[in-house]
Amino acid sequence: MTDLNKSGTPETGAVAAPGTAVGEVAAAGSPAPTAFLEVRDLRVHFPTDDGLVKSVDGLSFRLEKGRTLGIVGESGSGKSVTSLGIMGLHTAGQYGRRKARISGEIWLNGQELLGADPDEVRKLRGREMSMIFQDPLSALHPYYTIGKQIVEAYRVHHEVTKDVARKRAIELLDRVGIPQPDKRVDSYPHEFSGGMRQRAMIAMSLVNNPELLIADEPTTALDVTVQAQILDLIRDLQKEFGSAVIIITHDLGVVAELADDLLVMYGGRCVERGPAEKVFYEPQHPYTWGLLGSMPRIDRDQTDRLIPVKGSPPSLINVPSGCAFHPRCPYADVPRDGITRTERPELVQVAGSEEHFSACHMAQEDRTRIWTEEIAPKL
Amino acid sequence: MAVREPPPGGARTAAGPRTVLAYVIRRLFAVVMMLLVVTLTTFAIFFVIPKWAGSDPALLFVGKQADPEAIEGIRKKLELGDPLLLQFWHFVEGLFVGRDYANGSDVTHCPAPCFGYSFRTEQAVWPQLTDAMPVTLSLAAGACLLWVVGGVATGVVSALRRGTLWDRSAMTVALAGVSLPIYFTGLLSLAIFSYQLKWVDVDYKGLGDNPGMWFESLILPWITLAFLYAAMYARLTRATMLEIMGEDYIRTARAKGLRERVVIGRHAMRSTWTPILTLLGLDLGALLGGAVLTETTYNLPGLGRLAVNAISDKDLPVILGVTLIAALCIVVANLVVDLLYAVIDPRVRLG
Repeated sequence: MTDLNKSGTPETGAVAAPGTAVGEVAAAGSPAPTAFLEVRDLRVHFPTDDGLVKSVDGLSFRLEKGRTLGIVGESGSGKSVTSLGIMGLHTAGQYGRRKARISGEIWLNGQELLGADPDEVRKLRGREMSMIFQDPLSALHPYYTIGKQIVEAYRVHHEVTKDVARKRAIELLDRVGIPQPDKRVDSYPHEFSGGMRQRAMIAMSLVNNPELLIADEPTTALDVTVQAQILDLIRDLQKEFGSAVIIITHDLGVVAELADDLLVMYGGRCVERGPAEKVFYEPQHPYTWGLLGSMPRIDRDQTDRLIPVKGSPPSLINVPSGCAFHPRCPYADVPRDGITRTERPELVQVAGSEEHFSACHMAQEDRTRIWTEEIAPKL
Repeated sequence: MAVREPPPGGARTAAGPRTVLAYVIRRLFAVVMMLLVVTLTTFAIFFVIPKWAGSDPALLFVGKQADPEAIEGIRKKLELGDPLLLQFWHFVEGLFVGRDYANGSDVTHCPAPCFGYSFRTEQAVWPQLTDAMPVTLSLAAGACLLWVVGGVATGVVSALRRGTLWDRSAMTVALAGVSLPIYFTGLLSLAIFSYQLKWVDVDYKGLGDNPGMWFESLILPWITLAFLYAAMYARLTRATMLEIMGEDYIRTARAKGLRERVVIGRHAMRSTWTPILTLLGLDLGALLGGAVLTETTYNLPGLGRLAVNAISDKDLPVILGVTLIAALCIVVANLVVDLLYAVIDPRVRLG
């Protein structure tokens, strides 16, 4: 599995993650993980005819149980591939194609997943870690009833009779707020509304009490009114089950609701990471500013326009040299001492905040000045 | 008709038994109307067009050397002088209750279902049809079994090993299978396995008479016909499978922790069968109407060969009979496919 050369040392400061005490993890070798989920220098590369697509290129983070990590970024920033990599599904369905290459380490509950036997990882899927997908209509099998699909998910990991599993399915459907669960259990996905389908999907993902729940754009395909209900549900369930949750989204509004910590991805790498309130109120990276600027807000003066991030997402085959964001960065010309454009910025701890990291060449005082004087007033 | 038990929730199901029954009745009515139209059209083509072309069905019956008196007798007996609609009515009536052909004291009773008498052999048409049907049925059923098993299995393996040597060779063979006509592969197989190697005897024997020889005589036609269709089914299966394997719900199945065997065997195959069964129903329906080329190539006394011989002999009643049987098979196959579709795919609503 680990066919890429592991870079000997993880990025400076990269392993110290939000949600935990900082700096406990030594840089060399494979020290025992201290967090529930620990991703170290994850790289997922897809060989294609046009070249190597570096969807995720050196990502590290940690997550404790009971906490929610929001991963934000635009399409193609590597958010979804990261989650598929954790689940061991990045190569799934690639029949006859060149296999994706993955390297790094993923520690879940003290077990390393990338070097593990694929069948062992399969046994963890759905039981210790499970996933909610973006579009529940296409993510549920159209020819099987909701109940049958939940029963199947339960019986993969529990040797129980169909009746027992069915009771469990009904119990879960009830828990996620589906009315008349004993009847709806026999409905097909197309007989549900979008919100109900996503509830059923959530019920299915929780049927085995997973300790890690990954929600990949869980509300993107839903009506706005339903979105809030689903987010509330996820939050309530997390409190109840005490799982670790990763919410992947391009919508900062979603993570503002839920996340304890935020990780902003750009071009397959983390550009900023920290406690949610820090990233929201004292963002350090120009790309994060861009994301905040393009988020519509009700309290914004209506005469102000949104501030979009100009340009298009970077090619993941020829990632811009140096900081991948520099071709789109409005502040790329701000002078910085002795740093060339081809040098890649590493994640560096933000002064004054132990858990806040950012990967930008600009001096911190420049960033703080630009944020407080130029960006924040417009938001 | 297999109808899915309605789930206990009742109200929102796609097809309860009552709606299915109503649907079947509506469709059966349509089937009857369709057959009537087919019959009328065929009847008109075979009995009116010769008249326009200056020919005469009565002449076809008795032959050109007959004296006018004989011709007139036949015309009277076959009621060819009557208005077309009346003739048609007598024909349809004959199908259900039988009819009498009368010329004075010369009365021939034709029991139901009466398709008339062959112009050539003066044999009743219906027994000819019932003799030919088991042959065609044997041919179609055996070939169908072979091509579904062979085609679908090849397609699935090709999809799962896309781009490998296996996939490329299988798809090349499949392309050949689709492009090579039966009269090529059929004659080739006859030349090699029957005439040269003398492995099989292709003289048809009924299943009831001699099962061993029945099997022996059909093995080549089965394989030839199955080769043609298996090629199509392999390509369809491969394409469908590849599409299905990219579906989100397959990823969900994997995310549940299911074994790959279950993901493919249960989740992917469930969806792959839908288009295959649809095509199968229609192919089988068309085939039951007579595998013309195969039966002619192998000289199998089925409906297809009966039709070919009847056409070359201008044997109108036989042509009419075969056409009706073929139309019936296709129409019924369509109905079965539609019903089956509602059973396979819960999203389909009948009506």
